[in-house]
Amino acid sequence: MRKILAVGLVVALLLPLLTIGQGQPTDTLGRVKARGNLICGVNNGVPGFGFLDERTGTFSGFDVDYCKTLATAIFNDPAKVTYRPLTAAARFTALAAGEVDVLIRNTTRTFSRDVELKLNFAPVTFYDGQGFMVRKTSRINTLRDLNGATVCVLQGTTTEQNLADMARRLGITIRPLVFTDVSARDKAYDEGRCDAMTADASGLAGARVKLSKPDDHKILAELISKEPLAPVVRHGDDAWYDLVTWTVYCTIEAEELGVNSKNVTAQRGSADPNVRRLLGVEGDFGKKLGLDSNDWCGNIIAKVGNYGEIYERNIKPLALERVVDGKPSPNALWTDGGLIYGIPFR
Amino acid sequence: MIGQKRVAVEVPPTLRWLKENLFSTWYNTLLTLLCLWGLYAALGSLLTWIFAKADWSVIPANLKLLLVGTYPAEMLWRIWMALYLVVCFLGMSAGLWGSLLRDTVVVLSSAFLFLALLPFGVNERLLLSGLALLSWGMMGSGWLLRRSSLRRWGARILLGLWVLSPVLVVALIGGVPGNAWLAPVSTAQWGGLMLTFMLAIVGIFASFPLGILLALGRRSELPVVRWLSILYIEIIRGVPLVTLIFMASVMLPLFLPGDTRVDQAVRAMTAFTLFTAAYIAENVRGGLQNIPRGQYEAAQAVGLSSFLTTVFIVLPQALRAVIPANVGQFISLFKDTSLVFVAALLDLFNIGRSILANPNWLAHDSEMLLFIAFVYWIFTYFMSHLSQRLERTLGVGER
Amino acid sequence: MTRAARIPFWRDIRVLRISAQIAFVLLVVLLGNWLYSNLQTNLRATNISFSYDFLQQPASMGISEGLPFQPTDSYQYAFWVGVFNTLRVVFLGMVLATLLGLVIGVARLSSNWLVRTLSGIYIETLRNTPLVVQLVFWYTAVFLKLPRVDESLQFPGSIYLSQRGLVMPQPQPTESFALWGLTLLLGCVLAVGVYIARRIYLERVQRPGTPWLWGLSTFLFIATGSWFLLPQSPLTWEPPVMGIFNFEGGMQFTPEFTALLLGLVIYTAAFIAEIVRAGILAVSKGQKEAARALGLTNLQMMRLIVLPQALRVMIPPTTSQYLNLAKNSSLAVAIGYPDLFNVANTIINQSGRAIEVILMIMGSYLTISLLTSLFMNWYNRRVRLVER
Repeated sequence: MRKILAVGLVVALLLPLLTIGQGQPTDTLGRVKARGNLICGVNNGVPGFGFLDERTGTFSGFDVDYCKTLATAIFNDPAKVTYRPLTAAARFTALAAGEVDVLIRNTTRTFSRDVELKLNFAPVTFYDGQGFMVRKTSRINTLRDLNGATVCVLQGTTTEQNLADMARRLGITIRPLVFTDVSARDKAYDEGRCDAMTADASGLAGARVKLSKPDDHKILAELISKEPLAPVVRHGDDAWYDLVTWTVYCTIEAEELGVNSKNVTAQRGSADPNVRRLLGVEGDFGKKLGLDSNDWCGNIIAKVGNYGEIYERNIKPLALERVVDGKPSPNALWTDGGLIYGIPFR
Repeated sequence: MIGQKRVAVEVPPTLRWLKENLFSTWYNTLLTLLCLWGLYAALGSLLTWIFAKADWSVIPANLKLLLVGTYPAEMLWRIWMALYLVVCFLGMSAGLWGSLLRDTVVVLSSAFLFLALLPFGVNERLLLSGLALLSWGMMGSGWLLRRSSLRRWGARILLGLWVLSPVLVVALIGGVPGNAWLAPVSTAQWGGLMLTFMLAIVGIFASFPLGILLALGRRSELPVVRWLSILYIEIIRGVPLVTLIFMASVMLPLFLPGDTRVDQAVRAMTAFTLFTAAYIAENVRGGLQNIPRGQYEAAQAVGLSSFLTTVFIVLPQALRAVIPANVGQFISLFKDTSLVFVAALLDLFNIGRSILANPNWLAHDSEMLLFIAFVYWIFTYFMSHLSQRLERTLGVGER
Repeated sequence: MTRAARIPFWRDIRVLRISAQIAFVLLVVLLGNWLYSNLQTNLRATNISFSYDFLQQPASMGISEGLPFQPTDSYQYAFWVGVFNTLRVVFLGMVLATLLGLVIGVARLSSNWLVRTLSGIYIETLRNTPLVVQLVFWYTAVFLKLPRVDESLQFPGSIYLSQRGLVMPQPQPTESFALWGLTLLLGCVLAVGVYIARRIYLERVQRPGTPWLWGLSTFLFIATGSWFLLPQSPLTWEPPVMGIFNFEGGMQFTPEFTALLLGLVIYTAAFIAEIVRAGILAVSKGQKEAARALGLTNLQMMRLIVLPQALRVMIPPTTSQYLNLAKNSSLAVAIGYPDLFNVANTIINQSGRAIEVILMIMGSYLTISLLTSLFMNWYNRRVRLVER
């Protein structure tokens, strides 16, 4: 009898955890507002992009900061985000099933994802690309020198495919050693089990810092893939897609216009009409996006920062500069020769 | 004369012990030497690394994350409260029933005292000492209760509280909707060692009834029920747990009607429950098979229906006999919780990986891995030790 | 009169039983149908399709070991390579874990205090830490610490040991191999003949003996004899050659394979050791005393009296350890061994067909488990039959 009672109690206890949605608004923004927080699909283990930070006790990183910008735009509070760590395999299903409002989890924009999976990609926040790291003492200088080499790879969505495609293109053979765990891959390369390691450039820079002697290794200049990373939303809610898109442009445009978290209050008095519109002093762009306040972008800059600040905070510790020795990376502003290009607020 | 001679040859007891136990024959000597060499080779470099080379700063800095994950800091009192509650029940039971539970409480309280000596914050150290004191206090009051005339009622109430305890703990940690004090904390914010424990505890409690039903089903006289039970048990036991967790985390929502939202942690718990139930069913079946035919016949003679026979005669005996096996199941469930990384849940193991992605802690993988392995080892060793003692106390397997 | 004796059908036990079963089946079918219809609706709503067509597409991935594999091969073949790799490690693992478990289990009962304690520590430590942690330890702390490939340890006979693995010469068949194979076949037939003849003879004279030894030596005699009689030796040893990065050719055991095998064997052996210990303790003391009285040595007693009896107690729990080993081999992903689960994960990542591939994984492991169970049950029955 007691057993039955216990069963009943356990069931009763688990029931509240099954929350059944009813009478909710149908649009994503309305749902987010009604819920009082944004559910953001993130990565919980990519250096610089999504990780747990002991100083804040929660998630940090480049992608996580973009979750915060969106929450700030809606609620004027970067803390109103529920982070939902997702695996690579589960992320699109979770987004399609509405378990997350937006997916900001270093996701590459590709044709099949955009079209077949019926997703919408916001502007690119980070231009990545797959590269190689080798020992300086090795005789590998170009991709062709990799013929016959053992290469350490992390099981990723496209990493292995890019590697195999490159080998086919150049007509060389490569022995990939596939890991699911970053630390196991790095150890294997560091100890000399592999002749080279391949990963996205952002991952390589971070991995190099971890090696026992970082200076003994170099990163090949050639990249074998393009990985434009962007926030993702479902098809079918254009207003929400617009909001996510313009949140990203807000951070980029702010950097172009020289607005940052330190001077944003002063810049509200700026004479530049572009700055005035961006910060909501003129016009009602916020209202048009369905937000409560026209100052949404100003709030983002004040509480999270502009693109440069977000980059500086998260990606720079990985030893990945936007401009290296005067040569711009794709992630430099277009005015510096990069690909980061703001769209005018008017 | 002879006596004197014997005294002269007498070797010190340690040496004699060595001779008898380590060097009694030539191959024993060889084995001993081989073992010593192996021990040196295996442990030498490991120990130097642990004490000389490793940088352990990553552990204290991230201790909160490792223990409770992203649980809101201002709500931490609720976890303490849950811990106090369980220790309270445990102490009371130890006083009331004694034996194994008493030893458990002694070990636990000394562990709390030891932790209180480590350089945590003042509050944590006070709370830990409080836990140790409480466990002793409750043990004392339990002992007094045992002496008093209220003993029977006390035992019943305590048993009822134990049955209620998982509900209380989950309500404390997960919160109650619409309550200002116990505002719901989504399981997305559970993490670390706490999540590991919650997954294991919910898994074992929820799988128990299902496991019993399956065991009864497998021994049912109705062929359809029997075959379906066998099918379920064998299929579940034949697939890796990882795939079940994956299925639950990706596919469970697809099997439920449109708007149903199932929490990620609940999905993992579902997978654990379905998986463990099959194993518990097999354990329970072992217990059922050991019940002598006479018990059934006696029950029948008294005029009990087959349902009543099962509930009041057979199951109580069978379940008692399989307690140790189920403790073993709990241990392996506890270890298997590390597989929830396929559902991106931040249990102790996965949270370690998330911390290592922090650029500040990039090069600390080995320390983190070793620490996590050590934590798992402490708990599983303690539990398996307990289950062995339990086996002896219950006299299972002895005829 | 008959009316009074007849039980009304709603209290007839047979009717009740059948109707209960029908109700149960109905319940299960309804539940299944409900889940299925939900699945259909949800798949439609979320644009997820279900089909196995992708299996024929080129896999565009590399697999580091196992059967030869090209990136242009299909996903289906990639999956089979993974299955092959899993079977390889699982089969070897079962055999080695049994042997090691036997040794440790016996050591647990040794009269040597150090041996006894160490095997106790071994069992307690290994059983109480997650296997995945152990695998990572073996791989990173042991195998990756071996010398680099350009500083390989060289053993006589072109055997090299480095962190790229153990490399040794591989036998290569020459032109005369076919002829030699023919003589081997002949040897087989002859050996069987000798074995049967010897058995019949022994039966007739009522003497114990070892007819299988006769058969085996006949076979070996013919095999070695023809090897030397043939003008050209039927197999040559192809030694590994150092390429730019790796050894090329030869037989290679990669550190991933070895670490996984070692980890699985050492972990499972700890469980088997406990089973062995319990099994040996279950053999009654009288049996051992009787063996001593007959003048058997310790080793003989173990081999002839104790182990055969302990075996019967040991087989069922060992079967479940074998099943665990097979399932645990899926942890190979942690150390980069391209087993079934690892390859399937890559297929999921590249094709996005999570549901289909997971079903394939579950089906494969289920098949392996069922085959293992079937074999062990057959063996169990056989062992039981030998007993009288």
